[in-house]
Amino acid sequence: MYPGQFEYHRAASIKDALDLLKRYGDDAKLLSGGHSLIPMMKLRLAQPAHLIDVTKIAEMRAISESNGKIVIGAAAAHDTVANSSLVRDKLGLLAEAAAAIGDVQVRNRGTIGGSLTHADPAADYPAAVLALEGEIKLEREGGSRTVKAADFFLDLMTTAVQPGELLSQISFAPIPAGAGYSYQKYPHPASGFAMVGVAALLSLDRSGKIASARVGVTGLGPKAFRASAVEAALAGKSADAATIAAAAAKTADGIDALGDIHASSEYRAELARVYARRAIQAAVARAKA
Amino acid sequence: MAVVPKFVGERIKRREDPRLISGTATYVDDVRLPGTLSAVVLRSPYAHARINSINVDAARSAPGVVAVLTGADLKDKVGGIPCVAPAEHIPFHPLLAQGKVRFVGESVAVVVASDAYKAQDAADLIEVDYDSLDAVSDPEKALEDGAPILHEEFGTNLVTRALVPNPAVDEAIAKADKVIKFRIVNQRLAPVPMEPRGALADWHQALGHLTVWTSTQIPHLLRSALAAVLGLPENRVRVIAPEVGGGFGAKLNFYREEALVGYLSRMLGKPVKWIERRRENLATTTHGRGQITYLEVPVKNDGTVLGIKAKFICDMGAYLQLLTPAIPGFSGLMMTGCYKIPAMSFEQVMVFTNKMATDAYRGAGRPEAAYIAERTMDMVAGELGLDPVEVRRRNFIPKDAFPYTTCAGLVYDSGDYNAALNKALEIVDYPKMRAEQAEALKHGRYIGIGIASYVEICGIGPSAMLPPKVPGWESATVRMEPDSRVTVLTGISPHGQGQETTFAQMAADAFGIDIDDVTVVHGDTAIVQYGVGTFGSRGLSVGGAALMMSVGKVQDKLKKIASTMMEAPPDQLTFTNRTVALKSDASKSIPLQAVVDAAYGWKMPIPGMEPGLDATSVFEPTGCTFPFGTHISVVEIDPDTGVVKFLSYVAVDDCGNIISPLLVAGQVHGGIAQGIAQALYEEVVYDENGQLITATLMDYAAPRAQMLPRYELAHTVTPSPLNPMGVKGVGEAGTIGSTPCVVNAVMDALKPLGVRHIDMPLRPEKLWRAIKDAKKA
Ligand SMILES: Cc1cc2nc3c(=O)[nH]c(=O)nc-3n(C[C@H](O)[C@H](O)[C@H](O)COP(=O)(O)OP(=O)(O)OC[C@H]3O[C@@H](n4cnc5c(N)ncnc54)[C@H](O)[C@@H]3O)c2cc1C
Repeated sequence: MYPGQFEYHRAASIKDALDLLKRYGDDAKLLSGGHSLIPMMKLRLAQPAHLIDVTKIAEMRAISESNGKIVIGAAAAHDTVANSSLVRDKLGLLAEAAAAIGDVQVRNRGTIGGSLTHADPAADYPAAVLALEGEIKLEREGGSRTVKAADFFLDLMTTAVQPGELLSQISFAPIPAGAGYSYQKYPHPASGFAMVGVAALLSLDRSGKIASARVGVTGLGPKAFRASAVEAALAGKSADAATIAAAAAKTADGIDALGDIHASSEYRAELARVYARRAIQAAVARAKA
Repeated sequence: MAVVPKFVGERIKRREDPRLISGTATYVDDVRLPGTLSAVVLRSPYAHARINSINVDAARSAPGVVAVLTGADLKDKVGGIPCVAPAEHIPFHPLLAQGKVRFVGESVAVVVASDAYKAQDAADLIEVDYDSLDAVSDPEKALEDGAPILHEEFGTNLVTRALVPNPAVDEAIAKADKVIKFRIVNQRLAPVPMEPRGALADWHQALGHLTVWTSTQIPHLLRSALAAVLGLPENRVRVIAPEVGGGFGAKLNFYREEALVGYLSRMLGKPVKWIERRRENLATTTHGRGQITYLEVPVKNDGTVLGIKAKFICDMGAYLQLLTPAIPGFSGLMMTGCYKIPAMSFEQVMVFTNKMATDAYRGAGRPEAAYIAERTMDMVAGELGLDPVEVRRRNFIPKDAFPYTTCAGLVYDSGDYNAALNKALEIVDYPKMRAEQAEALKHGRYIGIGIASYVEICGIGPSAMLPPKVPGWESATVRMEPDSRVTVLTGISPHGQGQETTFAQMAADAFGIDIDDVTVVHGDTAIVQYGVGTFGSRGLSVGGAALMMSVGKVQDKLKKIASTMMEAPPDQLTFTNRTVALKSDASKSIPLQAVVDAAYGWKMPIPGMEPGLDATSVFEPTGCTFPFGTHISVVEIDPDTGVVKFLSYVAVDDCGNIISPLLVAGQVHGGIAQGIAQALYEEVVYDENGQLITATLMDYAAPRAQMLPRYELAHTVTPSPLNPMGVKGVGEAGTIGSTPCVVNAVMDALKPLGVRHIDMPLRPEKLWRAIKDAKKA
């Protein structure tokens, strides 16, 4: 596979990267782990003349805690996220999703910022980032803005990132003590991406009822989404099997499910319901433990 | 000096592995010649189209471009790709499309440039004006009236019709208690070797000599084919198969690009390299299987199978590669499996479709046969309410019946099918497993136990069985060098099988030297005497037999010389611990080196004997070997999703004597992986218009380690009488036993729901639907 000709630039800082983006405009693409962009270039579906590598920018690789938030640099590799003790302690759901991505090589190179920006409909991260209500920071020349996860994914491989913008970090409120979570994925037999992936995060009140629930779903439709009907059917209810099953049955409601030779849209919708049920059950079990 | 141990039968680590795992092996793409140009092939996006015109002007003037060729430039200048198997209709198979394309990926033009990137840039500038034509991808539709015809000159899409009639089958059908009828499909598969294809050609103008490095299983046969297509004398063509990263039958072939680089290098006077990309690999490297079979099986109520009658529709693709129409024959001839079925008959209809050609893929016709035989046994058991074990036992060829001539006329060399079945049943604890299965069902859990008792045909084979240009013999040279180290030149061409290890084990033991004192050389036609190659699990049983013939000749010469030095008759001598010793008293010996010195000396101890210590032999097998075994898998189906989970997998294989247990285990492991993948995951999918849907590994489900169970391996040992080592071959056994064993297990799990058969691959969605439909009914 032979990509077209391009020039490689290594950005030293976010400002440097933004300057380069401005200089080369539409001819440039940001390069993070390269695990989505380079395959596209090899197929010549993308032919950028300039690649701006953001992975050598120290602040974009860092994972830290500040002002009660966990901040993950966009260029942090999946493996780094999966194995960060901070993430494992306080954002276990994100660590679970990161660990479910691809294989070791993919996790060593692919990054959270690249994955979110690429917005593959079958990517694992978006389900967890939606359930965790991550806040995505976008930098542009002379300023920055923060986009909520729920507003970030717009359509198939389309996000809120505008031309000239760079995703620098994602921040999360830590998962509260006592909350339960689970990411359940059915891997596509060929690609290993999520045929469906469901991230569930919930907390129980003292009586054992579900105080609140958040459910992020990936793989099913053209973009990852919050299953609000499921969440509503759980909130305030007792965490029994029948309630969970009834709630999970709504997972695919109103979604235009994708289909391919391995799973038709009808079957994918069923998989989503089953995996939602399992994720919610596992989250409840964890909350009770 | 330390005692030299014995090596045959020991768990020797593969001697190939250090270079493979340290990244220092040399594959075609690692061969770098100064001034090499790169070729990129422009391929058809259409399954079937007429080419009105091709405009290469922009490409020719693009930076770095040296040449751009289309079919018109090659017309009448070079030959076509040969098919050596007989068929009624063999179309001309051009290196570049001649006026028409017939499958997605067919080569239309080739660009040669200073590097592959520039070549691709230029290829993007070529404008081809196509008139799209209707395509046919379903082989059953290809023969219907009005189907688009691929090769107009034949007026039909029929490649050939093969008939093996036998009226006894119809008599059996007439008098049977029951006739079981079903249709099963062996879907198309892509071999997906880790290393795709690739070739580098270097023409030497002054010598009029062409060297081609290519990723192949058959360097010598390829040399002959290449010389013929390019019109060169064979002694001016050298083919080198460097490290080859997997072939699985797909590189038992001769491809357009191998000829193209040879032609281009000669035309341009520069080395030209082409390396296949994964997308090209999936679209333009031969596929395997692709057979639909309609079966009629007359049985008695006690489970005795009285015959098998089959009709095959075989999907050949758009052109015929080297052996394309020869593969289905094995499926027909072997479909009675390890059973004493008195009569069989079959009809095979081979058809052109707008797809890549099929040809050999690991097992080549026998996995299809085993699938037919083993699905048949389970169908019989299911319809008659018998245990599948009982049905197999009732029909097995008994162990005292060997050599056994089947109703298809094949002579099975040796076997003990009950022994392998019993061992496998013992390991899984069959009665206990059946009880657990019944218990689980009460709790709504669907567990299935699948058995496959396979037999396959290996050590191919007597030349009379094969097309003249792909003979069945094999060659080996053994040379004891002046320092008493041994060089083996073998005509086979291992590409992962590990004969650098097994042959070294055998030669070391034969001469009483260390394994490190043996070097095995293969894959270079300028160094190695003409040979045939590696395929059909023939490397050890045929190539190894040739090796032992040459070993014997060198041993004889050494013994004759030693006998004059030791004053003992040659037949009293043996080789041990780097000495030639008396058989009766190893302490009476002389150093091997002293004998070697004498053999290479100016004064031969025996007047008239030629100096030197080498011998070349050719082994022509008198028959094929028939490895066998029983695989059992236990699976559980998740009724919510249809996902198949393995609870256990047991493989009992009998490949005769075992030279190298680790290598046998490796072959079985890889084979089972590919066989399970056929059962559950893999399928080359073309849509009805001939577009390739599984064009990348994002869609084609090649198995990964985590998709496979842990294997429990065991063996029975029934030596073959047909070669001096008593070996049978094990390169394909795993693939052959595993596919039916897994499908049988899944069908067994769904039996309580009334499911009779589902075609492969058993994707979860198909099982989920079957479960859903059954529960609805
Ligand atoms: C074999 C294989 C298997 C895989 N399996 C999985 C899987 O199971 N699950 C899964 O979720 N993913 C999987 N992936 C995808 C992988 O996770 C990628 O890493 C991810 O999709 C993209 O991240 P990246 O860092 O490689 O981004 P890149 O490929 O570098 O970039 C992707 C896109 O994002 C843009 N971009 C990158 N960084 C930024 C930034 N900071 N700001 C703005 N734009 C940016 C780029 O310009 C490009 O358009 C797999 C990939 C491969 C090759």
